Amino acid sequence: MKILVGIKRVVDYNVRIRVLSDGSGVDTDGVKMSVNPFDEIALEEALRIKEAGNADEVIVVSAGGDECQQQLRTGLAMGADRAIQIQSSEALQPLSVARAFLKIIEREDPGLVIFGKQAIDDDNSQTGQMLAALWDRPQATFASKMVVNGSSATVTREVDAGLETVEVDLPAVVTVDLRLNEPRFVKLPDIMKAKRKPLDVVALDELGVTVEGNIEVGNHAPPPQREKGVMVEDAAQLITELKNRGLL
Amino acid sequence: MSRILIIAEHDGQSLNISTAKCVSCAQAIGGDIDIAVIGSGADAVAAEAAALDSVTKVIVVDAEHLEAPVAANWAAEAVALAADYSHVIGPSTTMGRDLMPRIAALAGVNQISDIMEVNGPDSFKRPIYAGNAIVDVSAPAGSTVVATVRAASWKAAGSSGGAAVEQRAASSSAATHTRYIGLESGGSERPDLQSASKVVSGGRGVGSEDGFQVIYQLADKLGAAVGASRAAVDAGYCANDMQVGQTGKIISPDLYMAFGISGAIQHVTGIKDAGTIVAVNKDSEAPIFEIADIGLAGDLFSVIADLDELLG
Repeated sequence: MKILVGIKRVVDYNVRIRVLSDGSGVDTDGVKMSVNPFDEIALEEALRIKEAGNADEVIVVSAGGDECQQQLRTGLAMGADRAIQIQSSEALQPLSVARAFLKIIEREDPGLVIFGKQAIDDDNSQTGQMLAALWDRPQATFASKMVVNGSSATVTREVDAGLETVEVDLPAVVTVDLRLNEPRFVKLPDIMKAKRKPLDVVALDELGVTVEGNIEVGNHAPPPQREKGVMVEDAAQLITELKNRGLL
Repeated sequence: MSRILIIAEHDGQSLNISTAKCVSCAQAIGGDIDIAVIGSGADAVAAEAAALDSVTKVIVVDAEHLEAPVAANWAAEAVALAADYSHVIGPSTTMGRDLMPRIAALAGVNQISDIMEVNGPDSFKRPIYAGNAIVDVSAPAGSTVVATVRAASWKAAGSSGGAAVEQRAASSSAATHTRYIGLESGGSERPDLQSASKVVSGGRGVGSEDGFQVIYQLADKLGAAVGASRAAVDAGYCANDMQVGQTGKIISPDLYMAFGISGAIQHVTGIKDAGTIVAVNKDSEAPIFEIADIGLAGDLFSVIADLDELLG
């Protein structure tokens, strides 16, 4: 069985986000870029499934400009066998990414496709679910535990009400949550080895996918700030403040 | 004029409050508002939905295989209904975030996540980068708007309406590829974290599962729900469904009290819409104090003990 893992190049989670003064976007000039942290968890899970003997090959796939090859190389260094870049000069929205992944699926015939539950830039949480819909296959989102058993997988999902368990037939799409695993650290020799692993580039139009129906993204603004509060000395003063506000 | 369909969130027994918040968002969009209750034997839910203000019609799609909110099954029904509507919206809870993109893809449109404000019928504000930027987005003219609504940004609509309830047969059969096994829930007697007016939360500073007991005790005294930071959940002090923040629950109680929480941006994202934020932390430099309305630098255990005594 092959596993496809979708990875997205995003602003590193440690970077303090600054909205550009003209409202055209956020400042990404000279900013550190990384693999979306949820996608790293997705890749780690795929590697563990392979190491447990339940998969033969792990393929990392990213959609974007050539700069995303950097994140694909990180994925290869973590242990993926090969990489595919879906090349597109414009930023793709989830529906286009899902359509492109469907074309890759037709070529590769994977048993599992794993994504992070959301990307930490757009916070959309859509691509996996959209792919499952277009592919007419099951989805198990927000996974905190997954067990592959032959032709199916049992997935524990972190939902608002607690932990939900579903069983899905393979092939399936799984999106992963934080507590599924701790991704491994990449070691230097692995980075060297990753340079020799195959990275195929396929243009979006070669896949027959045209971008249409995009959501128009307009002005960016910093979030409204909360006003500076007061400091109190002890519990008695705290209770007074709460009573003054009618909260007790 | 817009025709808006809201996909109700419920557990078969009662309507989740996020649905009433979706109604408020739909009111801001303007137009006819219908609610779809997809489920099995969810008559009580339909009655609750029909009582929500400004709802024209509640459409009940009832079938045994629709009992659990399996996205593949619910999306098939929602898409069958969608043709009559300009907007299909649901809450950006885990249910809505699981379901709505599946509906959007089947309808062949991109989806808008987390509407926090309505600029116009097709134009909205939504947060990106964990709420560090707010962006204006517009759906392409003439296409169905499929969106999730950021519940914390909206007040629940009132319940003095009386909409018609209409039954519809399910349009699809069960997806055999997905089997719902069950839900393991904390089963707490305390108020629900997402709808509580008061929330008491603990973080890494609480130190242990035992230490977390004082958080529960204070919450019970105040009639509050209990939340936690990711650090506390990861350390095993409490259950993961209590996590508040970017990857947990985003809440907007009237009062939020944070004990031993440093205030990482991912946590702050989840509480920014709270009415009053109280922070108690022994580190007076903790970032939580930058957003707290009332701050107290001190030991959380002695502060809680004092509160306990003073509140009687």
